[in-house]
Amino acid sequence: MSKQKQKFLEVSTGEHFTTGNHAAAEGALAVGCKFFGGYPITPSSEIAEHMALRLPQLGGNFVQFEDEIASIIGILGASWGGVKSMTATSGPGYSLMVENIGFGMMTETPCIIINVQRGGPSTGLPTLVGQQDIMQTKWGSHGDFEPIVLCPSSVQECFELAIEAFNYAEKYRLPVTLLMDETLGHMSERLIIPDASKIGKVERKKPKDSPEEHLPYKADDDLIPPMAVAGEGYRVMVTGLTHDERGYPNLNVETQDKLVRRINDKIRLNKKDIIRVEEYLLDDAEIAIIAFGSVARAAKGSVNRAREKGIKVGLLRLITIWPFPDERIEALAEKVKKIYVPEINYGQITREVERCVHGKTEVKGIFKLGGSIHNPQEILKEIEGDA
Amino acid sequence: MTEDQNELLESEAHPLDGFLREGRIPHIFCPGCSLGSITNVLIEAINESGIDPKKVAVVSGIGCTGRIAGYLNYDSFHTTHGRPIPFAIGLSVTDPERKVIVISGDGDLFAIGGNHFIQAARRNADITVVCVNNFNYGMTGGQAGPTTYVGQFQTTSPYGSLEEPFNLPNLAATCGAVYVARYTALDVRRVKEAFSEAIAKSGFSFVEVLGSCPTTYGRRNQLAEGKKILEFFAEKTVLNHDADTRDIRIDKDSPIIVGKFVDIEDKPTLTDNLLALQRVSQAKKGR
Ligand SMILES: Cc1ncc(C[n+]2csc(CCOP(=O)(O)OP(=O)(O)O)c2C)c(N)n1
Ligand code: SF4
Ligand SMILES: [Mg+2]
Repeated sequence: MSKQKQKFLEVSTGEHFTTGNHAAAEGALAVGCKFFGGYPITPSSEIAEHMALRLPQLGGNFVQFEDEIASIIGILGASWGGVKSMTATSGPGYSLMVENIGFGMMTETPCIIINVQRGGPSTGLPTLVGQQDIMQTKWGSHGDFEPIVLCPSSVQECFELAIEAFNYAEKYRLPVTLLMDETLGHMSERLIIPDASKIGKVERKKPKDSPEEHLPYKADDDLIPPMAVAGEGYRVMVTGLTHDERGYPNLNVETQDKLVRRINDKIRLNKKDIIRVEEYLLDDAEIAIIAFGSVARAAKGSVNRAREKGIKVGLLRLITIWPFPDERIEALAEKVKKIYVPEINYGQITREVERCVHGKTEVKGIFKLGGSIHNPQEILKEIEGDA
Repeated sequence: MTEDQNELLESEAHPLDGFLREGRIPHIFCPGCSLGSITNVLIEAINESGIDPKKVAVVSGIGCTGRIAGYLNYDSFHTTHGRPIPFAIGLSVTDPERKVIVISGDGDLFAIGGNHFIQAARRNADITVVCVNNFNYGMTGGQAGPTTYVGQFQTTSPYGSLEEPFNLPNLAATCGAVYVARYTALDVRRVKEAFSEAIAKSGFSFVEVLGSCPTTYGRRNQLAEGKKILEFFAEKTVLNHDADTRDIRIDKDSPIIVGKFVDIEDKPTLTDNLLALQRVSQAKKGR
């Protein structure tokens, strides 16, 4: 590379061999994250460490807060300060964050939270893999809201989905969770970071009217209000109380209904844009596996081995966990005899799948309770045993 | 606040027009509550500071005091209970020119949010924190809190409070605040002066305002009217800028020591340090 004035680049274009945690941090930097607030926790700490190293070089700020509550509310403050902001944690930290994730939902504040899952409940298995925070990311905070949660399965995807998480956060104005797991966070594989010009960046919609006319919570037809931030002269007013289009507290049934419906519907009506799945050999499949995160890697191996033996198995890999791909799974249920759901928890996604299939096909969960990942042979055995 | 001040706020032309949000008055504060006059002097202090109003952000937590941010016509943030300080840090470091003022209650800042306060003081975050200490949880109906003094009656201390309260100026000073003052809401002139000085300061500045809450504190402690609390303050207050902050705890019978206790110059702020770090890290050889 020629000698440029700026020595440090947001986008570390090139081929790397690195971990999921570093890849996710690089993804965040590539899309323009300029503030990280966090508190150390295994197995996510490498994200904070990488941001501590890289952010100052890029004119950004890293603050190690006193706990995860300060971290989440700090990044919400930074987002209202006008920059893309994030935090990273694991289950215990995510538990501390949920009240203020709800504040982010209610105030429509873009930011991302990375949860590198470990085994729970409680302190559980700090250094070992889990996928037990699926429902917490959906229902963790009180009240009704529709979260967006993305779930990578490779180091490359940690990078790419960190970018997408920010893009959804900016586009739909909400905190988005990137739900990784310990295996992904700590495993190393090839990461290809494209040229800066190839990084698709979405920025929050800005108001076009004057501060005098502006109503900060008046949504456009897409149900998303343009976002003026602090310092732009719009004198924004932000509250977690039920508020009207002016942003003023207005504690009545109508205002509540209108607001809560809108912040849910802005996601519900855009499921097509948000829901991503990968289909692998599903066209002629008689048996399907639904998997996500690092377990999906093993599941792919199971499909390959089954195919070698002439068993028609395919994989539906969930990339978007929330909103849940109900329709896609319902359609799958029409086609296959049985759906297997290997997951590192006691049936969180299995129950969602059961809900979606409406009894049209059999659903069987293959559970590990944390600490280890399924191996391809194990899943295959289960399928063969039932055949 | 007094009734006629209240009327002033509701009248057509108010000297602070443009600084209060249109359509937000009348406010929720009880008659005799000091939060109205504290709001007034805060606006005056901000206004007279000469800071570009665009560069002012006011952040509150949850509580009666926590409602103040929402009345002010600056960028204003009514956050969650206990959390205005870390939110303010996020706002502050993202624009070194922004003046971020936190105003919240004693429960908000020192019970649920206590850790954030001491850590922000330690970091010398470039924010001004105002605590309106009304010795109780006003908004939730008068429970005891971390500044309730021994023997004080509240709904959750029906036999009189048992616990030692925080000495807030001492806490702030010990944790590294560069400016620390305490005044009573009776002395609005000094409160305003303290607000002005705190706002002009770079680094973590702290003002404790002893407020009057006739509704949930006064009623249970023979001080049922706002005026009575102010009279009580008038009788008990002793001005002493040189007081050792260790000696200014509040109890039922001793004098209440007020004054400006700490005023330190030139201590690098969190923002200064972060900006310096950017320069240093960028000067290093690129990888
Ligand atoms: C997480 C959480 N816990 C409890 C509450 C209920 N709550 C609201 S205000 C408040 C106390 C307010 O007291 P203080 O901060 O002293 O403010 P004041 O009303 O006295 O001005 C409490 C406990 C809440 N809103 N959120
Ligand atoms: S309850 Fe107390 S603090 Fe709250 S508005 Fe009434 S008098 Fe003021
Ligand atoms: Mg109080």
